[in-house]
Amino acid sequence: MFVLVVGCGRVGSAIAKSMLSDGHEVSVLDETPEAIALLETGQDRSWEELGGSFTVGTALEIDALLEAGVERADAFVASTDGDNTNLVIAQVAQRRFEVPKVVVRVLDPARASWYRDQGLSTICPTQTAIELLLDAVRDAAREHERVG
Amino acid sequence: MYVLIVGAGKVGWNLARELDDRGHEVMVVESNQSRYATVEEELQHGIQYGDGSELWVLERAGIQRADMVVAVTGDDEDNILISQVAREKYGVERVISRCNNPRNLQHFDLLGVKPAVSATDLILRLIEHEVPKYGPLHLLDLPQESLEIIELDVADESLAAGSQVKELGLPDGSLVISILRDGTGFVPTGDSVIEAGDEVLVVLDPGLEPSVTPCFTSPVDRAA
Repeated sequence: MFVLVVGCGRVGSAIAKSMLSDGHEVSVLDETPEAIALLETGQDRSWEELGGSFTVGTALEIDALLEAGVERADAFVASTDGDNTNLVIAQVAQRRFEVPKVVVRVLDPARASWYRDQGLSTICPTQTAIELLLDAVRDAAREHERVG
Repeated sequence: MYVLIVGAGKVGWNLARELDDRGHEVMVVESNQSRYATVEEELQHGIQYGDGSELWVLERAGIQRADMVVAVTGDDEDNILISQVAREKYGVERVISRCNNPRNLQHFDLLGVKPAVSATDLILRLIEHEVPKYGPLHLLDLPQESLEIIELDVADESLAAGSQVKELGLPDGSLVISILRDGTGFVPTGDSVIEAGDEVLVVLDPGLEPSVTPCFTSPVDRAA
C-alpha cells in the first residue's frame, strides 16, 4: 500500500516509520527540510536509503501534494500541527483526489466530533487523553470511597 | 442585520466600522491579544477575544443568530473552516470569505466556500486590464450560470478589424454584446463593422475563449 503522511512531527514521523518497516511504500510531506531528521533518528541509514520518500512543501499547495504522490495514495494521514490545515487537506484528499482512506488528527474535540459526523475519520488525541485521565481519576475516587 | 466578523486585521476592523456606521449590529472575533486590545478601544463591546475557529468562541459571539458571517483572518485554512462550519453547522445563509493566496481559491471552491474574495486576484485582473498584452480581461465569471464575459482589444491586421460581426464566424455559444469606440459603446447588430482599436465585450460559454480570442489578435501574436 502507498501511504502519504502530511506533517512530519512526532506523530507523523512515527506513523511513517512504522508503516515503512511494515513493508509499505511511504511518502512524507513537510514544510521544513529539517523534519527529515525525525524520520532518521534511531536508524542506521538515511530515510531515502531505507526506501522512504520526502518532499518539502506546504500542505495546502496542490503542487506539493502532487509531487508527494497524492494521486496514487491508498491512504492519507493529515498530521500537521494545525487543526484547520489538517481538516482542509483531508477534505481535499478525500473529495478531489478520492484517496480511499483518509485519517486526520484534530486536537480540538469539538471540531473533531463535528467533522467525524460529516464523514471524516478524525482522531482526537485530546479526547483520548481526557478519557484515559478521567478513568484513572475515577478509579482513584472509587478506591478512596472503598477504603473510606 | 447581525454580522459576525472573524479577524480584526485591517480588513475586519474597517469592515466592522463601516457596517456599524450603516446601522448594522457587528461582532468581531480576534485571537491576537494586542490587536484585540487596540480594536477594543474603539469597538468596545463589539469585539471578543478568542480563536474564531473554535466552535465555542463562535457560539459565544452569537453565530446562531448571525445573518452573515465574514471570515477575514490572514490564514486561508482558518477562513475555509470558519465558513464551512458557519454554513453547514450553524446554517448561516450568507457567508463571505477572504482568500489570501489566490492559489488557494480552488480549495474554497472545492469545499463550497463562496463567495471567496481575493484582493491579490482582483489587483492581478486590474493589472491585466492595464497591460493588455497579457490577454483578454475576464470582466465577469458566472460559473453557476455557465457564462463568462471577456473584454478584448481589436488588433490591427486582425481578422475582426474591418469585418462585420456576422462575418467573424464566432463559435456557437459566443456573442459580441458591445463595441467600445472613441470612449463610447454601442450594442452591435450583425451588420456592424468592427474596427482596429475597438474594444469588444464578448459573452461566452466557459472554455470557448481559445477559439474566440484569435479573431481579435494580430497574425503575429497568433503565431507567437
